[in-house]
Amino acid sequence: MARLMLTVNGARRSADAAPDTTLLEVLREQLDLTGAKYGCGEGQCGACTVHVDGSPVRSCLLKAASVAGRSITTIEGLADAQGDLHPLQKVFLEAGAFQCGFCTSGMIMSGVALLKRHPHPTEDQILEAMQGNICRCGMFLRVKEALRTAVPA
Amino acid sequence: MIDLRVFELEPERYELKAAPRYRFELDRRGFLKTLGAGILIVSFLDRADAQRRRGPAAPQDVGSWLHISTAGKVTVFTGKVEVGQNSRTALTQAVAEELGAPHSSVEMVMGDTARVPYDMGTFGSMTTPRMAPVLRKAAAAARKLWPPGDWSTLRFDAAGEGVLHAAMIGEDVHPHQPRGESIPKVNGREFVTGGHKYASDMQVPGMLYGRMIRPDQYSAVIESFDAAPAEKLPGVKVVREGNFAGVVAGGTSAAAAAAKACRVEWKAPAAKSSSETIFRDLKAGAKVEPRQDIEVALAKSKSKIEQTYTVAYIAHVPLEPRASVAQWSSDGKLTVWTGTQVPFGVRDELAEAFGLQTADVHVMMPDTGSGYGGKHSGECAVEAARLAKSAGKPVKLVWTREEEFMWAYFRPAGVIDVRSGIDDAGRLTAWDFHNYNSGGSGIQTPYNVSVKRTEFHNAESPLRQGSYRGLAATANHFAREVQMDELAHLAKMDPLEFRLKNMSDPRLKAVLTAAAEKFQWGRATKPGCGIACGFEKGGYVACCAEVAPPVAAGKLPKITRLVVAFECGAIVNPKHLAMQVEGATVMGIGGAMFEAIEFAGGRLLNGRLSQYRVPRFRDVPPIEVVLVDRKDLPSAGAGETPIVGVAPAIANAVYAATGERLHGLPLFKAHGAQSRSEAGTN
Repeated sequence: MARLMLTVNGARRSADAAPDTTLLEVLREQLDLTGAKYGCGEGQCGACTVHVDGSPVRSCLLKAASVAGRSITTIEGLADAQGDLHPLQKVFLEAGAFQCGFCTSGMIMSGVALLKRHPHPTEDQILEAMQGNICRCGMFLRVKEALRTAVPA
Repeated sequence: MIDLRVFELEPERYELKAAPRYRFELDRRGFLKTLGAGILIVSFLDRADAQRRRGPAAPQDVGSWLHISTAGKVTVFTGKVEVGQNSRTALTQAVAEELGAPHSSVEMVMGDTARVPYDMGTFGSMTTPRMAPVLRKAAAAARKLWPPGDWSTLRFDAAGEGVLHAAMIGEDVHPHQPRGESIPKVNGREFVTGGHKYASDMQVPGMLYGRMIRPDQYSAVIESFDAAPAEKLPGVKVVREGNFAGVVAGGTSAAAAAAKACRVEWKAPAAKSSSETIFRDLKAGAKVEPRQDIEVALAKSKSKIEQTYTVAYIAHVPLEPRASVAQWSSDGKLTVWTGTQVPFGVRDELAEAFGLQTADVHVMMPDTGSGYGGKHSGECAVEAARLAKSAGKPVKLVWTREEEFMWAYFRPAGVIDVRSGIDDAGRLTAWDFHNYNSGGSGIQTPYNVSVKRTEFHNAESPLRQGSYRGLAATANHFAREVQMDELAHLAKMDPLEFRLKNMSDPRLKAVLTAAAEKFQWGRATKPGCGIACGFEKGGYVACCAEVAPPVAAGKLPKITRLVVAFECGAIVNPKHLAMQVEGATVMGIGGAMFEAIEFAGGRLLNGRLSQYRVPRFRDVPPIEVVLVDRKDLPSAGAGETPIVGVAPAIANAVYAATGERLHGLPLFKAHGAQSRSEAGTN
């Protein structure tokens, strides 16, 4: 068990991690950030997606020790300091891009990363970026709609 | 063998147990005190309905409580739960509309066994048709007490503690029909900010993390167990009682490591059935009696068909696996937070497992990451409670995805044999339909045929099976609607025209016509179009599919367009209804195209998400939903029936596109491991 320093949503946080402790476990069980979800533990469903230095990663596969000192953003850190939602969060609400909502954090984090690269994504760019996120309630078309209509931040 | 001509056969038959022998009343007086001053409306379910569902000895048939505080705060207490179908929003809407109160003034207390009246569970598309009218009536009764509906002018008889009006609902209370507004999801913001708490997000002080130790074969028992290596690890507690084995530790990875460190030898009985032999196995021993009138009618038919259809076991794959937090009090009472469709059922399971009175077990249901009929059982809650009991601390147990695949339950596999005939004019002359194991939902044909037999045959299932969205209605519609398509081709008739000719139900005709019009059936220039329709649980559905042939060998045909028309009476919330229809359609694509559980020798062969394929972005074509609003009819549920037409419409479209007539679900076999990138190539 080693003590790690991480930057999470702009704040310096410390955590205890064994070599096999995942970033997802640290976020959920030590830092009280439960927005990222466990869905499969093998990087297949995307529910655990967070950003490390701005890039989307599957936090269920990533060892916490490997991101020591890096900057991590979770769904909880997406709204601005005044609590104003990210444009994609807003359109998710308007488009009804979720039902049970368990995939939503991961969908939004994958989507935000996509919009950063391609503010007006094509169908192919959306499919490429989002194929690794499963919505078992089947709201894929509405997620695509949200990604097409989000006004870039 | 059961003759199904008369009954609604399948009231979620797999999980329904007899009502518990004793049910101890809540201390109502104590509960009511906590509500504070205001009015309380206690509503009762329709008695006949309560009896039908729970038998003549149904101990209590309270449906819901509705409380309005002197400050105008409305609190609804219901045993229904939110599994993603937006029941919280729909019920809030019913109450707010009826009261003329803002949605924000209504709070729903759902699925908390200590605070809400008994409820069988959230399944069978019953929340809207059964609970919503009860709440509307309660709200209408409350409004009757203060006709102006101006809550600020309310004058209560006294201030302070206690409920002042506990009103019974009279015969003269007539609630309104739903207004049919698309109000946004209640608490929507919480869902997009990560703040919403699901069962697996619950935390209590001092909580530890559990992990079960399980065999990789069904029915295995422990031959030898050595906990010593795990017990050497810091902060680890090993719990073993008979074949129950698990560990508790300070975190998920520590618990997983400790579980792995235990040395366990399991012994499993030989298991003969496999996904290769299952359809033979399910029919073994089944017997169909000869029926002279059917033989005669078939012999006289101009054309006839005899065909066998199959459906595989499939998994629900709720994105949140089973999860529970269990906490024991010093006086032996048990509190459990868990994701379930049946909080009271889980409470009873816990009471039975630990020899407790149900009054000493408190189950709370935070929202769960979906269910689709797959969360009707309480194993995870029982396991968490057992671990917590030995640990002497609260324990959270979240099943791994692999556990969810292997130890939950599946949609039943089934075999369906159908024989039918038509006359010169393309009218059905005979219908002989036999379903083995998959179930009786949606088994009755909606088509006019005078000589018919429809039978469900029980079978011994090698895998644990249970409810799944729409139950067997998908399987029965698949067999029926593909056979209808085959008959239409035999009769050289358009499949739409053939169906219309053989049906008389105006509601079914209406959705079929609505779907066909939207799709431009018949005018579509492309080949590869298929159609199917049906009804179940008060909902009528028709689906049109367009399929393009595979672009290369080894690829799947591509679904290029789906149109789904749905009618379930008066629409409550058009947007959320459209979402249910879309969601069911997407789920239907998985079961139609590629989802199948593979098993052999008592082991699952594809029990993880990298091996079991579910629909992803690339699998979903444009879906156009046509909602038929019947304001003159009561609202039925919509969580299930929209799924039933998807598979047969796609199968019929695949035939039109490729000339290949497929008779098994899934239509295409996934080959081995299905990685994410591979899933993306089709």
